Amino acid sequence: MTARLALSRVMAVAWKDLTTERRSKAGFNGVVFMAAITLLMFGFALGPDPAPIRTAAAGLLWLTVLLSGVLAFNRSYELEIEAGALDALLLYPGGRWPIFAGKLLANLAFVLLVEAITVPIAGVLYDLPLLTPLPGLVGVLFLGTVGFVTLGTYYAAMASRVRAREVLLPLLLFPMLVPLLVAAVGATKAVLAGDPMGYGSAWIRLLAAFDIVFLAATFMTFDYVIGE
Amino acid sequence: MTHTMEPRVSTATAPRAKGSATLIGALIVLALVAAAQAFGFLTSPPDRDMGHLQKIMYVHVPAAWNAFLAFVVVLAGSVMYLWKREEKWDLLAASAAEVAAVLTALTIALGSIWGRPTWGVWWTWDPRLTSTAILLVIIVGYLALRSFVDEPERRARWSAVVGILGALNVPIVYMSVRWWRTLHQPQSSPSTVDPAYAWGLRLNAIAFLLVMIWLVRARYRAARLERISELAAEREALGGRG
Repeated sequence: MTARLALSRVMAVAWKDLTTERRSKAGFNGVVFMAAITLLMFGFALGPDPAPIRTAAAGLLWLTVLLSGVLAFNRSYELEIEAGALDALLLYPGGRWPIFAGKLLANLAFVLLVEAITVPIAGVLYDLPLLTPLPGLVGVLFLGTVGFVTLGTYYAAMASRVRAREVLLPLLLFPMLVPLLVAAVGATKAVLAGDPMGYGSAWIRLLAAFDIVFLAATFMTFDYVIGE
Repeated sequence: MTHTMEPRVSTATAPRAKGSATLIGALIVLALVAAAQAFGFLTSPPDRDMGHLQKIMYVHVPAAWNAFLAFVVVLAGSVMYLWKREEKWDLLAASAAEVAAVLTALTIALGSIWGRPTWGVWWTWDPRLTSTAILLVIIVGYLALRSFVDEPERRARWSAVVGILGALNVPIVYMSVRWWRTLHQPQSSPSTVDPAYAWGLRLNAIAFLLVMIWLVRARYRAARLERISELAAEREALGGRG
């Protein structure tokens, strides 16, 4: 498969997924609402004193992203399985990795958009200074989200095709995400505090390493997951 | 199913003969563990700081080592399955995963019992402890996936990749939580403990290695028998007589 053909396939799958989502918006609205309510509930659990909330803010923000984002991944296969579209997609000749890449891109756009709404809400609720550290914050959010979405899209390819899929996906996914959570929270904390100690770069390197390792591993093994 | 004869032969003769061998094997392994434990208890003096609490080491440390070995077997079985596509590798990985789960849980439970009087807490967010707990939930996820997928070939393929990705994550988990926090004493091995404890530790490590191998073998045999009965049921359902 030439690079140009592969690229057009990747974009076709991503575009198809995003268009389906844009036309119904059911998934997106649900996930954004889930994220907002989670942020509020964390506030009620730790408040009303603002100090402990602000200390925990980076961790709360990432937990909110993981807990609400995980709802999106199964959906990206479920709709196709219901309509029999996945079987048709698999019938196309050539490698299967463009299917994975396309779904990964669509999910990445989806979760980044959720974050674009959620993070400002967190900024307001938890009284976080978001504007000064914005470039660093965007970078950390992007790196963390790439790793999250990569493994989420990969494991959902399995979980969405078994019974009890709602339970199985977090069971498989969350233990794998522990290093990502630790590194993303560490980096976010450092960035929000203006990184006075210079701890941020070590966590960012760990995030990047996590992304690279699992992007490589998932692309290499996706055929085993999706094939019949 | 192409190999209709082979399973039938092994259901008829093998299990009974192997049953008594398994029992003898179990007794030998049990005796070895008892002997190694007795040796550890009788030869080692009470520790200066921990007293007799130190004896937990004779199960805790061997269980931890052999849990780790069992994880290596899961990884090897998974890689071999994807390479050779032979069912036995999948069954081996599954058997080792169950044993790894039990030994990891044992390691954590004993570590917790030891930690309460020594550190004053049942649980602490120390890197080795935390990574072991994550290892346990990764392997539980692996076993959950297996129980949710009915079709054997798909189950084998999926659990192989989940096993490989899980193993890949182990060093990353360990590194991330080590940067995060450190409190655990350096892990015990014959070279870090006083000579009075070293042989007790070595003997128990060997005894637990045999326990691990025996458990994996027993689970492997059970898994094979389950597959054979599944195939037989399938044949019957299809109306054939084998």
